[in-house]
Amino acid sequence: MHILTCIKQTPATDNVQIDPETGTLKREGMAAAINPFDEYAIEEAVRIKERVGGDSSVSALTMGPPQAENALRDAISKGCDRAFHVCGREFAGADTWATSYTLFKAIEKIAKEVSPIDLVICGKQTNDGDTGHIGPGVAAWLDWPNVAYVKKVEDVKSIGTGKGGTVVVHRMMEDGTDVLEMDLPAVIAVVKEINEPRVPSLKGKMAAKKAEIPKWDAAALGAVSECIGLKGSPTIVAKSFRPPMKTGGVKIQGTTPQEKAKNLVAKLRESNII
Amino acid sequence: MSSEQAILSIPRDTENHKGIWVFAEVSHGKLQTTAYELLHVGGGLAKELNEPLSVVLMGHNITSLGQDLIDHGADKVYVMDHEKLGQFVDELYANVIVELIIKEKPNKFLLPASTLGRSFGSRVAVLANTGITADATELSINKEKGNLLNAIRPSFGGTLMATILCIRGHRPEMATIRPMAFPQAQKQSGRKGEIVTVPVDPSKYKQRERHLRFEADEKNEIDIQQASTIISGGYGLGGPEGFDPIRKLAKTLGAAVGASRKAVDAGWIPYRHQVGLTGRTVRPKLYIAVGISGQIQHLAGMNSSETIVAINQDPEAPMMKLATFSVEGDLFQLLPAIQTELEKIGYKPTAN
Repeated sequence: MHILTCIKQTPATDNVQIDPETGTLKREGMAAAINPFDEYAIEEAVRIKERVGGDSSVSALTMGPPQAENALRDAISKGCDRAFHVCGREFAGADTWATSYTLFKAIEKIAKEVSPIDLVICGKQTNDGDTGHIGPGVAAWLDWPNVAYVKKVEDVKSIGTGKGGTVVVHRMMEDGTDVLEMDLPAVIAVVKEINEPRVPSLKGKMAAKKAEIPKWDAAALGAVSECIGLKGSPTIVAKSFRPPMKTGGVKIQGTTPQEKAKNLVAKLRESNII
Repeated sequence: MSSEQAILSIPRDTENHKGIWVFAEVSHGKLQTTAYELLHVGGGLAKELNEPLSVVLMGHNITSLGQDLIDHGADKVYVMDHEKLGQFVDELYANVIVELIIKEKPNKFLLPASTLGRSFGSRVAVLANTGITADATELSINKEKGNLLNAIRPSFGGTLMATILCIRGHRPEMATIRPMAFPQAQKQSGRKGEIVTVPVDPSKYKQRERHLRFEADEKNEIDIQQASTIISGGYGLGGPEGFDPIRKLAKTLGAAVGASRKAVDAGWIPYRHQVGLTGRTVRPKLYIAVGISGQIQHLAGMNSSETIVAINQDPEAPMMKLATFSVEGDLFQLLPAIQTELEKIGYKPTAN
């Protein structure tokens, strides 16, 4: 079974800086790491590989600036077998539509050059964009079924790499859990509850150091230039701004807990909050 | 034709796309209140553009909900009623909706930023060859730019707000809208509107996703993303039993129970209660943070709450500085005291 995980290197800090020209995040000089949600995607991919066994393998894929290669090496250290880096100025400023298109083109290329892909796993969203659009978007381009907010992979039946099978997943809904079955190939986006990511092994670290990671630009992907980067994005960030931060309010006074409780309830009622 | 060719062959057309659409989510046969919120905000946009407001209603045995949506401001309700739509299955839901979009050509299409909306919204957008904004909290019409939709959304966990525009002529402009960000539309009984039954034939589409079963959560538990009041506990609770007075107070207040990452990681309460960057984002009217210091990771999930009450022993905790009302003291004394106070005044929660 060939499992592919889509990951993103994102700022590891809350110190957000905005490029005044493009209105997007300034990524230079920011501490970066694998998007926290993608850690669960990597771990789940490796667990499924171990579960299914045989010739199963995991590929990691990212689109990002040159330094995003570090995230791919981290992914290899955590159990991925190989990694691919979509990299080029032409991809900059992509919205989720153009990003999912680009990842789709890369997935097609990996399927052709390595082996057909049975399952794509994404994190539920990134910590910088917060959209959750990429998993379902990639699935739409691939014309594969998808389920997002997956908290458990109950069962995987793979007939063999690229030969199909089924996967049964648990989806976290507002009021409970949906259990769904999909034919492979399929796409899932996973939430934190699904697993506890492992720490890199020594063997993994060695593999990460040595791995050769192909870098692909738009021409290598055969991507339509009107569909990538800022120019190919249906949506743009017209403006970014920091929301006004709440500054301290009222300190509830009182000498005993009872007095404080009384004063708090009175304040909340005065302000029509309760 | 490959899926890529099929998507890219959908023309960009700004002339013939008219009307505001909103998606009415039905969960286990019950209409979700996000439908009324979308009717409220969608109604405002429709009025400003002088275009009709339509609802897309999907599910099974749901036709009777149509008039209620009209009473809440819909001019037209597209009803797609089929056994196979009785449960949310991304693939079929997306295919059915995309076909309707291509046929009826709406101008703007709003969905709830619920699990359902956020799961299949972007699948719909890609298949309909259009742009989508995630989790918008404010909407307006951009008069200078040909009546485009200004979709304003928090990103980076709410530390940054961004105005998103769908500027390259893709239609409909789509957005998912954060639950509770807008008030609900008022009901005007007997309003006139049109109910359009859209035939659904699932056998036309690939069906590679099947809903096997639904496992409901423990009863009487309000979900944090649907609550107007949330009371959350953090590491300061000291253990799982710290949630006992919180649950009790939540019941009195008609509130949902939330938690910080540390409390969840310690195994005191399940993950679905986690508020914050790696948990869920909430925007209730009242957020009560008990024993939560207020790390950025938690603040990112709740700092847009209307009113924040912090209860903590440490007056210097970031949450205490941020809160609308801060109460310093021992939570095991304060929570029962608040409980008693509410009981004394005979407090009854209003409907959530």
